[in-house]
Amino acid sequence: MADQFDLECRNVGKNFDRFVAVDNVSLTIPKGSFFSILGPSGCGKTTLLRMLAGFQEPTSGDILIKGKSVLGVPPNRRPVNMVFQHLALFPMMNVADNVAYGLRRRGVDKATINRKVAETLARVGLPDSGPKQISQLSGGQKQRIAIARCLVLEPAVLLLDEPLGALDLKLREHMKVELKQLQHEIGTTFVYITHDQSEALVMSDQVAVMNAGKFEQVGTPQDLYYNPQTAFVASFVGESNRWRGTVGETTGDYVAINLDKGGVILADKAAHASLPTGQDVEIFVRPEAIAIGRSDAAPDPVPGNNSLTGTVENVLFNGAASSVQIRETATGHEMSVALPQTGAFANLRAGDVINLAWHASQTRCFAGVLPSGIEGGQS
Amino acid sequence: MTAASSTGQGNGVRLGVVLLATPLLLWLLVLVILPHVDLLLVSLRERIAFRQYEFSFANYIAFFVEPLYWNTYVRTAVMSIMATVLTLIIGFPVSYYIAKIMRGRGKNVLFMMCLIPFWVSELVRTFGWMILLRESGVISSFLQWAGLVDGPVEMLYNDVTIMVGLVYTSMLFMVVPLVSVLDSLDDSLIEAGYDLGGNAFTVTRDIVIPHAMPGIASGCIVVFMLTLGNYLTPNLLGGKDSLWFTEQIYTQFITRFNWESGSAFGFLLLVLSSLIVWIGLKLSRQTLADTVR
Amino acid sequence: MARKNGAVRASMLGVTAIAGMMMLGAAAQAAELRLLTWGGYAPDEVIDLFEKETGIDVQVTLSNNEDMISKLRATGGGGFDLAQPSQDRIAGPQQEYGIYKPLDLSKIDGAQFIASMFEATKANTTVDGAVYGVPHVWGTDGLVLDTSKAPNVKDYLDLCSDEVAGKVSYRLRRPTLIAFAFSMGLDPFAAYGDEAKYQEILDAVEAKLIECKPNVKTYWEGSDGLVNLLLSGEIVAAMAWDTGGWRLNNDNPAMNFVAPTSGALGWIDTFAMPAKADNEDEAYQWINFVMKPEIAAMITASAGNFTASKGADAFAEDKLKEQFQASFPQEALDNINWYPPVPAGLETLEGKTLDRIKAN
Repeated sequence: MADQFDLECRNVGKNFDRFVAVDNVSLTIPKGSFFSILGPSGCGKTTLLRMLAGFQEPTSGDILIKGKSVLGVPPNRRPVNMVFQHLALFPMMNVADNVAYGLRRRGVDKATINRKVAETLARVGLPDSGPKQISQLSGGQKQRIAIARCLVLEPAVLLLDEPLGALDLKLREHMKVELKQLQHEIGTTFVYITHDQSEALVMSDQVAVMNAGKFEQVGTPQDLYYNPQTAFVASFVGESNRWRGTVGETTGDYVAINLDKGGVILADKAAHASLPTGQDVEIFVRPEAIAIGRSDAAPDPVPGNNSLTGTVENVLFNGAASSVQIRETATGHEMSVALPQTGAFANLRAGDVINLAWHASQTRCFAGVLPSGIEGGQS
Repeated sequence: MTAASSTGQGNGVRLGVVLLATPLLLWLLVLVILPHVDLLLVSLRERIAFRQYEFSFANYIAFFVEPLYWNTYVRTAVMSIMATVLTLIIGFPVSYYIAKIMRGRGKNVLFMMCLIPFWVSELVRTFGWMILLRESGVISSFLQWAGLVDGPVEMLYNDVTIMVGLVYTSMLFMVVPLVSVLDSLDDSLIEAGYDLGGNAFTVTRDIVIPHAMPGIASGCIVVFMLTLGNYLTPNLLGGKDSLWFTEQIYTQFITRFNWESGSAFGFLLLVLSSLIVWIGLKLSRQTLADTVR
Repeated sequence: MARKNGAVRASMLGVTAIAGMMMLGAAAQAAELRLLTWGGYAPDEVIDLFEKETGIDVQVTLSNNEDMISKLRATGGGGFDLAQPSQDRIAGPQQEYGIYKPLDLSKIDGAQFIASMFEATKANTTVDGAVYGVPHVWGTDGLVLDTSKAPNVKDYLDLCSDEVAGKVSYRLRRPTLIAFAFSMGLDPFAAYGDEAKYQEILDAVEAKLIECKPNVKTYWEGSDGLVNLLLSGEIVAAMAWDTGGWRLNNDNPAMNFVAPTSGALGWIDTFAMPAKADNEDEAYQWINFVMKPEIAAMITASAGNFTASKGADAFAEDKLKEQFQASFPQEALDNINWYPPVPAGLETLEGKTLDRIKAN
């Protein structure tokens, strides 16, 4: 049933001399979905995209588009088109000629070209921009023309190489929504690569998190966020409080993790059954998973709850995304905790003592120790 | 110009502008305008008797009436245009290779290799060609040694040799502007061209060449002017059939003592070559301002 | 500000220093001679001897007939103290451009010259009663041949024979026109005064030289290039100066200068004084110095040609004398066509002829 998938990679690898850029990647992208590949720079995502577009040939494995292998097919014969990082609009042509370029190459007759160009420009919301020069367009308009130039060819898959990277923050936020909407309307399969987790999470049906040439995890944005399968995904997607520790004793449904720098954190036994006692682990807890309370209102002792007290060091007010930095009283660990959006803690000040609580089910542990330097992804 | 018209500005600013412009104005006046005025005046007189001259267009009329001069000019212009086109045809792929395909050190090395022949004078380079191409020269000897020909082959003293020499001499002046203009072409434009269905030919035609047009125009102007004004290469490599217009001017001045007609020829060369460049710019829809960008 | 003033002062000092040096230069100019001459006419050893004897500094600029006239014309006869044009190229340019000044014959030791050559040159270079030139070096144009490969070339016209097709060279200059005219049985010198007649001769020569063009490998320009062409065997026969032939003869006995049957063309290079010469006395001192027989012999050794110095033969190298005698038996010597002064205007006609030959 390969033809259900617009795009399929089977064990694709790419080496540059002895450097492995892409390592045995397999993926299938269902028709009409928005698929993102998320990873830090240098993770191999651009190489993977360029192999899909045909600018580079894989060292091993196979790439199938609409169920047919495209190995050895040059980029100009592949039914995929690409939106480049800096858009690569042709400055020597006007907008209409840019959009018409691919149709001309196919030898489409003039009347059809004019009709399709007009339709496509209308679809991206710039119906009158045909005679304009590229330099007369704003950043967002250029973006849309770059997409229109590909869409007019009705590609099986549209590849997008961090096209929002060059835009300023506000426009980027706006374009995220617009892109998602556009993809939804036209139903073309999008493969989008980015290092920006927010772009990936907001727009995608499916996200592949890529690191060091490999896919760490493929899933829906929610999946990645709430059920990260690896320490890298947990750290790269979203914010987390992180500790190192070793697996300790199991008590009922819960397992105690002994932190290297002192203290104990409880985690679900069921979720971490594979971890043997004594295993070195990385521990992740989302800031928004931690409930806070005034120190004089001690939380009810719920079984499986982690309960701590700490001193407020900094209040980072950012509207709905406000948080506080807290130093834990017993061990001196630094922690970040999201503030509830109700404004209940609007009067919190540095030096205040508060208590913190989260249930063991919110604790995520991963075996092994990550190399330092990889922190949470940007948001 | 602006300094003179902007009366509202302070004296200090104007003095600064004048001081900055002085070397340029002096240069233009002393080394460009005055000699040309002199050239024009000399060209407009005719010798009547010993040390007697009269205002006349005779020297210009002589150019248009005497087919010899016309033919020489047309031949020079046509061969210069051919040399320019050939230099472009050879120089473009070379430049493209240097600018777009080579990376890192190889790129610099290749660029230097284009440059190295120009560290010696044109005379030496031309003699180099003569050593290679003459009947008792390197190539002829090699062909005989290899058994490809029976006797010595003379490859000097014909138009093809002139053309080879001119193209060789001009190559750098084409490659430098082309490399710099192609360097400024974003690789992703080329990739986008392929991605949208273009092939090597259409991408070159629709994207690379339009982008490189200012460099092509400036390279062509420089090469054309240098070739048209070249004296050594056609003379030494062309031998008995060289017949080059600058040679004609040189002859008029130096061996005929005919400064009047030499000046007229010089002026005509200036006017006609400017005309050709202008037509070239019009045809390629470039402006002079683009080419010096 | 202090720094700025310092820089200004330094540059002022620099300017003063340069001005001072220029004045020094002007002072030194008193003992200077600026010579515009041919290669070999002022060899280093002669200059050294002259400097030792007189303390005069000699500066040499190498040139040829046309170049001398052009240079002097451009400066109105300035920049040089003594020039050495051929005797036939003095009267015309002098009338046209006034680039020379009359010689003061009282300052020249006439007794040092071969009398017949001295008188002939004075006569040929007289304009409006004033003498502008005295003879120095003389020589001839004729045939330089590789006699082993071109045994049948006896005259200029033989350069156009099939036997030497593609292996011939000559200059595309006025001596070639005149040589071919003589070889065709015409007398261009007799027609010097008659432009129409001269044009007829030029037309005939033009036709001949155009017809002859396929025979020519290339028109030679410098004597080094010519010697190269002959030594490499790329050409076997050329019209050229006698010295070129003798030089080649030293390396290869089969090569030599041959006086053509229609007569070699004789030229005499002179001393003439540019109109704006600053150092006249030094110039006369030089003339009298180099005409001394033993000095003249040194110049002959260097230039390869004999001089108008009386008695210099005694000091000349035997080898050169032998070569001269081999090339010029008595009848060939008598047969030499000496250039009369070129009337102004002829060069224009010749120029057009040469252009047409080249264009065809």
